[in-house]
Amino acid sequence: MALLELRDVTRRFGDFTAVDCVNLSIEAGELFTLLGPSGCGKTTLLRMIAGFDVPDSGQILLDGQDIANTPPEKRPIHTVFQSYALFPHMTVADNVAFPLKMSGKTPAEIKKRVEKALEEVQLSRFTHRFPHELSGGQKQRVAFARGLINRPRLLLMDEPLGALDAKLREDMQRELISLQKEVGITFVFVTHSQDEALALSQRIAVMNQGQVEQIGEPSVIYSHPANRFIADFIGKINLMAARVTQVSDNDMTLEIDQLGTTTLPLKQGIKTGDQGVMAIRPEQVSVHALARHAELPHAHTGKVLDFLYVGDVTTYIVELDCGIRVEALLANSSPGRARFFEVGDPVIVSWTREAAQFLMN
Amino acid sequence: MKRNNLTLWLAAIPVYAFLYIPLIVVVVYSFNDSRLNAEWVGFTLDWYYKLFNNGEMLLAARNSLIIAITASLLATVLGTMAGLAIHRYRLKVLPILAFTPIAMPEILLGVSLLLFFLQVLNLTLGMVSIIIAHTTFCIGFVAIIVRARLQGMDDSIFEAARDLGATPWQTFRLITLPLIMPAVAAGALMSFTLSIDDFVITFFTKGVGEPILPIQIYTMIKISVTPEVNAISTLLMLLTLALIILANRLDAGALRGE
Repeated sequence: MALLELRDVTRRFGDFTAVDCVNLSIEAGELFTLLGPSGCGKTTLLRMIAGFDVPDSGQILLDGQDIANTPPEKRPIHTVFQSYALFPHMTVADNVAFPLKMSGKTPAEIKKRVEKALEEVQLSRFTHRFPHELSGGQKQRVAFARGLINRPRLLLMDEPLGALDAKLREDMQRELISLQKEVGITFVFVTHSQDEALALSQRIAVMNQGQVEQIGEPSVIYSHPANRFIADFIGKINLMAARVTQVSDNDMTLEIDQLGTTTLPLKQGIKTGDQGVMAIRPEQVSVHALARHAELPHAHTGKVLDFLYVGDVTTYIVELDCGIRVEALLANSSPGRARFFEVGDPVIVSWTREAAQFLMN
Repeated sequence: MKRNNLTLWLAAIPVYAFLYIPLIVVVVYSFNDSRLNAEWVGFTLDWYYKLFNNGEMLLAARNSLIIAITASLLATVLGTMAGLAIHRYRLKVLPILAFTPIAMPEILLGVSLLLFFLQVLNLTLGMVSIIIAHTTFCIGFVAIIVRARLQGMDDSIFEAARDLGATPWQTFRLITLPLIMPAVAAGALMSFTLSIDDFVITFFTKGVGEPILPIQIYTMIKISVTPEVNAISTLLMLLTLALIILANRLDAGALRGE
């Protein structure tokens, strides 16, 4: 049985349906992420799982028990808030001890467990500090320790790393994953950051307009997005308006505006006349100097319009002769050489048959 | 920058002078060894001595203290509840209901309370009616201060408490109340100072029985402004000032604690 199961969960605010008939199941020990743009309903869903909000219809099952109407203090589910929500009038130790006090543990046990928990998150030196005397990363760790100390069945985290700077975020990501392995508690993240979702989770549910659009492993979601919205939302991608003109046993032929026709491996459920986009990730587009034209499949000539150098990689924007603009991401892997092409250089852009995919609108 | 500061001071000094010179005059003449508030004769504590032997005045002071303490305690409890409710439920009508008594002309409040006590409650006017009246106009002040404090706080703190296993009552006792305590205390002190020197509403709701301090002072002035009035005014001013400074410090401390 799944640890947490959502069945047809719906929540409306007036005319607006924030969460629209969501079905999900999360296994024990999983690192699961609800990912979506702001306003997609992920926070409302988190609030219903935590118990701060009640669904209008549907069930929230924890170990098979419907907890949709159970008050938050009676749920073995704890939350790490985006703002951390540390109690400002309590020391670090008192903050971390709070859940244990509420569940009526003895002072001796509380003391022992708080000491251990603070040691685990490397905050032993800060026991008697107040939250406003801590840095962002330290507050974050106090919030973790507090959320985990009473061993909830599920730990919810709202934009867990959103408030940290980039460098610290990477460290915390690693810390989080190893922490989860240690404690074995199921983590559910809620985030609008695709980087965070891809780095942290074992499975991701992508949400849009109150609905779950795709559930899968990060690599599947990235390389085989179910539709145009997901492809566009997760990572960068080149999208070209396309129409299916012919379907055979193994192939389908696409008519792409301005670019002409191309054939791709057939995808299930696609039929002649379907409208959509052809999608290619920038890192799967290769750019070559003009001379190598002949041998390349799916090759198009164009010229470099602009580029963005960010150190490890450079993004080139190439305008094809037909007028379509394509982004290509090239790794700066050879030392001492920062870029391959200059603005205005004539180039050839190509991709493999497998790199391109057709997505319905 | 310097020039601006100078202009600012030039504007501020007359304003402060206007506000505080009359108060200083009252204080100075309360120590003047003369029946007339005309010229400085010499230092004396006679007026204070007389004051403390004036039975009627002492009774009025005692009554006023009882009223102020009771009304400010009641207003603090009710005002805190109102402030919490206004913050939590965000109904537009709630703040209007709680804050209107602050904006309403005192004379109107006095008249309407008088009618309410006499015709609706059939209450004999006296200490009880004054306490109810003072509580009424103090609630709004407490509610405003408490709500302002809550608005500056992260609401997820209260959700976090529930999330981590605290019942609504435990959340209030262990998290909400300690966090709004400076505002609650400031509201209580504010209510006390408002109550102890209130004249208009007290005048309408006091009836004929007990002497009340501000009205007692007014009665004495009707005859002549004696230095005894200066003395009692000085004491009242001192008390109010002390409480206002205390309230101010509490509220500033509250902001630092964040």
